[in-house]
Amino acid sequence: MKLPIYMDNHATTPVDPRVLDAMMPYFTTDFGNSASRNHPFGWSAEEAVEKARKQIASLVGATAKEIVFTSGATESNNLAIKGVAEMYAERGNHIITAATEHKATLDTTKRLEKEGCRITYLAVRADGLIDLDQLREAITDKTILVTVMYANNEIGVLQPIAEIGKICRERGGLLHTDATQAVGKVPVNVNTDNIDLMSMSAHKMYGPKGVGALYVRRKGPRVQLTAQMDGGGHERGMRSGTLNVPGIVGFGKACQLCTDSMAEESKRMSHLRDKLKDKLMAELDEVYINGTMEHRLPQNLNISFAYVEGESLLMGINDIAVSSGSACTSATLEPSYVLKALGAGDDIAHSSIRFGLGRFNTEEEVDYVAAKVIQIVKKLRELSPLYEMVKEGIDLSKVVWAAH
Amino acid sequence: MAYSDKVLDHYNNPRNVGSLDKGASNVGTGIVGAPECGDVMKLQVQVNPATGIIEEAKFKTFGCGSAIASSSLATEWLKGKTVDQALEIKNTDIVNELSLPPVKIHCSVLAEDAIKAAIQDYKQKSSVGVEAAVQQA
Repeated sequence: MKLPIYMDNHATTPVDPRVLDAMMPYFTTDFGNSASRNHPFGWSAEEAVEKARKQIASLVGATAKEIVFTSGATESNNLAIKGVAEMYAERGNHIITAATEHKATLDTTKRLEKEGCRITYLAVRADGLIDLDQLREAITDKTILVTVMYANNEIGVLQPIAEIGKICRERGGLLHTDATQAVGKVPVNVNTDNIDLMSMSAHKMYGPKGVGALYVRRKGPRVQLTAQMDGGGHERGMRSGTLNVPGIVGFGKACQLCTDSMAEESKRMSHLRDKLKDKLMAELDEVYINGTMEHRLPQNLNISFAYVEGESLLMGINDIAVSSGSACTSATLEPSYVLKALGAGDDIAHSSIRFGLGRFNTEEEVDYVAAKVIQIVKKLRELSPLYEMVKEGIDLSKVVWAAH
Repeated sequence: MAYSDKVLDHYNNPRNVGSLDKGASNVGTGIVGAPECGDVMKLQVQVNPATGIIEEAKFKTFGCGSAIASSSLATEWLKGKTVDQALEIKNTDIVNELSLPPVKIHCSVLAEDAIKAAIQDYKQKSSVGVEAAVQQA
């Protein structure tokens, strides 16, 4: 076993060696521009791009023509949300999203809000899922788009996208889903899930960074978008710019590998994740899982070790790469807004750790991580005045803190 | 973020972890911070009433590595000082000693506050003690 251990696969994943092999020729020998129509260099690049388009489409039940390549999921979210807001401005100006969305969605809707759109931010329940009745009530005749993520990047919970899509079909309004964390991990099908637009990213599924896609439905309904970048009219006019051919080839290969191995891999991931969870919960008291375990990515465990601050825990397990919702680990010095949205309280957010398992983690690594985390949590609780107070029978919620 | 060697040393080998009898008349206890802010420090001093010298100092901290290091360092510095000397410890001294980056300065401020709170608690207790003794006489 090699240290450090990487268990932060929601942040990014390593490129699968089979993906890299598929990409390599497109940097040097087959380097053509897929838009070059009059020589073999262009033709072979175009052929490779179209093969990848099919591989991606086939993973999510789409047709190849519905895949628009982008630089990644942030761009896909921007293109979907802003593109719909502009294209359908005459029909309405109301967009519905959820409080726990990724910043690529929330910052986009905030900008549209400034430009005159009305945005509804749905709250989530303690389990991390939105309330479908609240969604039904929020939709008006001015609602042009509902954008709700498929799987949450922090807590891994899976929103009921198929049901959300059904509501959108009944009440009107397109459904966009940021499926960055879900595609390749759990079965996603744009038809059975009633999805009109969907953001995807290669580097979350063992493909390269810097390439992603937006699925744009072509039939029932035919979705139109206003392009957000002017240029050569690539990608059916929705996204100009020379295609990242090697990246796209890698993205396609990554999707094909996921199609082939998802069922088996997902079983292995849940086994390892549950083993990690069970070990931690058997050895430590006052451990809380953030978000529902029932509807969750098999790779994700987001867990709070009460009375232990997240950054100090990360410092103790410095041969393990994970992330924390603690304010001290964020650029903004604010604890995770996702955990706050669950109503868990800031103290639980400060104590949270996100484990993101991936294709290349082993059982041995999980055993090591569990043992190490248990050891450090115990050590830090020895150091924790809060743990001491609780053990003395003091109710921390009744203490008047000298906040600063 | 990279931690300084001194922060790592205090984090890995924290000095003077523990608790003193908070009911004792010669022990001052300071608890500062709040769980929802991500850091709480408890710092205690045990003072020799005859000399006014801090003979023992203990801490427990819920917080990041820099908060743990700041309070660990504070207990080291407190031992052997008089209560008045203890009040002269400034957060900037802690920042310099531990090479804390700007985002971690609040950890040193909290440690200074914890020292002040512990000394104040001790002083309050001992003045009450003196008054009680006067009343008894």
